Amino acid sequence: MIADVLNGILLMLWRVVSDQPAPLAALLPALPEALRPVVSAVLCVSPIIGVFATLFALTTLMERKGLGRIQNRLGPNRVGPFGILQPAADGLKMLTKEDIIPRSADKLVHFLAPVALAVPTLLAYAVLPYGRNLVPLDLDAGLLFFFAVGASTELAIFMAGWSSHNKYSLLGAMRAIAQMISYEIPLILSAVTVVMIAGSLSPAHIVARQDGFIWGWVPHWYVLTPWGFVGFLIFTTASLAESNRSPFDLPEAESELIAGHLTEYSGFKYALFFLAEYLGMFAISGLGVTLFLGGWQAPLPGLDWVPSYLWFFSKLILMVFIFIWIRGTVPRLRVDQLLNLAWKFLLPLALINLFTAAIWHFTAVWQFPGALLLRWLLSAVMIGGAYVVLGRALSPRKKVSLRTYRYAT
Amino acid sequence: MSELLEAPAAGSVTAAPRNYEILPKPTDDGEVGGDLLEVAMGPHHPSTHGVFRMDVVLDGEQVVKLKPVFGYLHRNHEKIAENTTYLASMPYTDRLDYLCSMTNNWAYALSVERLTGLQPPERAEYIRVITAELTRLVNHTCLVGFLLQDMGALGTPLMYAFREREIILDLFESLTGSRMMCNYMRFGGCRVDLPVGWLDQARSALDGYEEFLETFQKFLTENEILVARSQGIGVLPPELAISASITGPMLRASGVNYDLRKVDKYGIYDRFDFRVPLGDHGDVYDRYMIRVLEMQESVKILRQALRDIPGGPIVDPKAKIRGFRPKAGEAYGRIECPKGELGFYLISDGSPNPYRYRVRPPSLINLTVLEDMCLGQTVADAVIILGSVDIVLGEVDR
Repeated sequence: MIADVLNGILLMLWRVVSDQPAPLAALLPALPEALRPVVSAVLCVSPIIGVFATLFALTTLMERKGLGRIQNRLGPNRVGPFGILQPAADGLKMLTKEDIIPRSADKLVHFLAPVALAVPTLLAYAVLPYGRNLVPLDLDAGLLFFFAVGASTELAIFMAGWSSHNKYSLLGAMRAIAQMISYEIPLILSAVTVVMIAGSLSPAHIVARQDGFIWGWVPHWYVLTPWGFVGFLIFTTASLAESNRSPFDLPEAESELIAGHLTEYSGFKYALFFLAEYLGMFAISGLGVTLFLGGWQAPLPGLDWVPSYLWFFSKLILMVFIFIWIRGTVPRLRVDQLLNLAWKFLLPLALINLFTAAIWHFTAVWQFPGALLLRWLLSAVMIGGAYVVLGRALSPRKKVSLRTYRYAT
Repeated sequence: MSELLEAPAAGSVTAAPRNYEILPKPTDDGEVGGDLLEVAMGPHHPSTHGVFRMDVVLDGEQVVKLKPVFGYLHRNHEKIAENTTYLASMPYTDRLDYLCSMTNNWAYALSVERLTGLQPPERAEYIRVITAELTRLVNHTCLVGFLLQDMGALGTPLMYAFREREIILDLFESLTGSRMMCNYMRFGGCRVDLPVGWLDQARSALDGYEEFLETFQKFLTENEILVARSQGIGVLPPELAISASITGPMLRASGVNYDLRKVDKYGIYDRFDFRVPLGDHGDVYDRYMIRVLEMQESVKILRQALRDIPGGPIVDPKAKIRGFRPKAGEAYGRIECPKGELGFYLISDGSPNPYRYRVRPPSLINLTVLEDMCLGQTVADAVIILGSVDIVLGEVDR
């Protein structure tokens, strides 16, 4: 029996690595009936935690190295060759630091906040398709589940800000609430566009709809349609704000609020916050990849032999790299500008984009020559016009412009 | 000058009366000010540029009251200088505004020269102009970097600014032996002559600097977020600027044409062809841009000075080191240091020590209008307004 189980584990691993369907089925029959649900759940959960925690470590290294290069310095290079062991050193430092709880803090809530942030973030991973047949929980309303657990992280940030009994924390928490609620709407609306076209709330199904190639080589991803492209941009912008990344890092704006809601956290709790923030960024990037970048689909025909999860993770890392790049390049917005951008620009643009997607969908029946070009032009006019009107004409700050200066001799 | 005369007479406008009790009086229920939140930003805050504290009262994010608190870095500069010889204070002036030791030296040397009637030789005057304008480049480059840092640009502009600053600091090091605490000027001249090849080094550094300024402007001045964050923020009206005796780039950003290099023509500044940029709005963006434009003008001055510098001695032969006792009298020497008018007021009673030694610190005086600029703005704005004032706490607290 033990030989059976070992054989099953090896077969399962082989199936996962070689991208074959139903890897769990290789192991489960070898186990007693009663154990199967438990083992199957553990086998689904542990790789997610393991893989994404490793990815977190790698990303912190990539971020510090990348920011270093952007800022004309070397980045960490002391621990291990080229500094690749830096994440281990960081982790050890975090674990060995003293855990300080302010005397006037609400101790229970202060303790619960990082947990309440990390748990829903991990839950969101349940519905993402990581590869062909690699979706832990194929819910019919998976997207809805994702956004529902994603929204509950706001509560955790407010708990952190409130319980710390620190004014910077409170200000940061208030900013976080305003920002995350505002940006949830364009985020969801851009996702709804995909749902409308794909006709499903199941991420696995949405990826399946982006299968195949136009003209044999252009992948059938939603980002390569006019509405999908704009939707992807809106989604990326909103997800930057959702994951508190620069230029929307107002809740923890260092130059204004020290560290916002994280001010009074230290040691392992701080590490947990940090972890949850990065996990949230991966989750939302993963959703972006699923919705717009074709999930685990290969970008060119003939590349199907590469395991599908590798495509998923390379796209994910590409998005994370873009997040890092933006962080190293742009200054931060102010609160009112941030909210204006969400409500006066992104939200109407997302609605118009929804409408454009509908037109794109219904004009798909056009068969005359040049129909594709005409559809592209029509969509471009609709979205481009909206962009100009929303971004410039309705802008409340018309007086803002580049200036010329006079000189006295 | 004409524009200065046209500006409203100083003293006609005064700042709003201040009430430094920070929170309003509690009501009968013991509630303090309803929704107001008092935050002490500093003295250990990432963006107060040292040990400076802003006690702000916030209504939501809006600043309704602001009380600047300083003195954490008070080192008794003036009293110490009164208890030591004239020359011994020279290295101590480096520590006032520790980014601009050359201009501090010059201002102090100038006032002692006024007191004693020493006249630096030609070459020394040129070297002073060159080092002072290099200092201006250093200071403004740092300021622009720090301002962007305050706006949340995560150090990237700062790092590139510091890279350029290093080149000039290397020049200072090869000239004076020290990168920041130069201690270079002497009464009636300079301490050492230029090393061999220094002028060529300076010229090549200048070429790189022009390129850097162009790139910097291309990437930052037209950055939409920077423009949106800084235009219309922290407006300082020219009337208030004059009556609060604001000087330097801050005053010129408000549109008042007052540059001591043009007004006093101290040293040999009347020989150089340069212009004084003026802003029309007096907001953070203008203060930022005036500094960028001033750097371009400094590069122009430097080019002329490096071209024209003559040979000859670098110290007035009449200058004495030992037994330096100016005859009784008083003198005030002031120069346009990168932050504004830096002046030293000295009274001599004929002894080796000054009887009275007083610094007019531009950082401190420019800071006095902080509350007027910040009221009604948000916390995020208050931080960049403070950044645009350009303070160094060594000079504010002395």
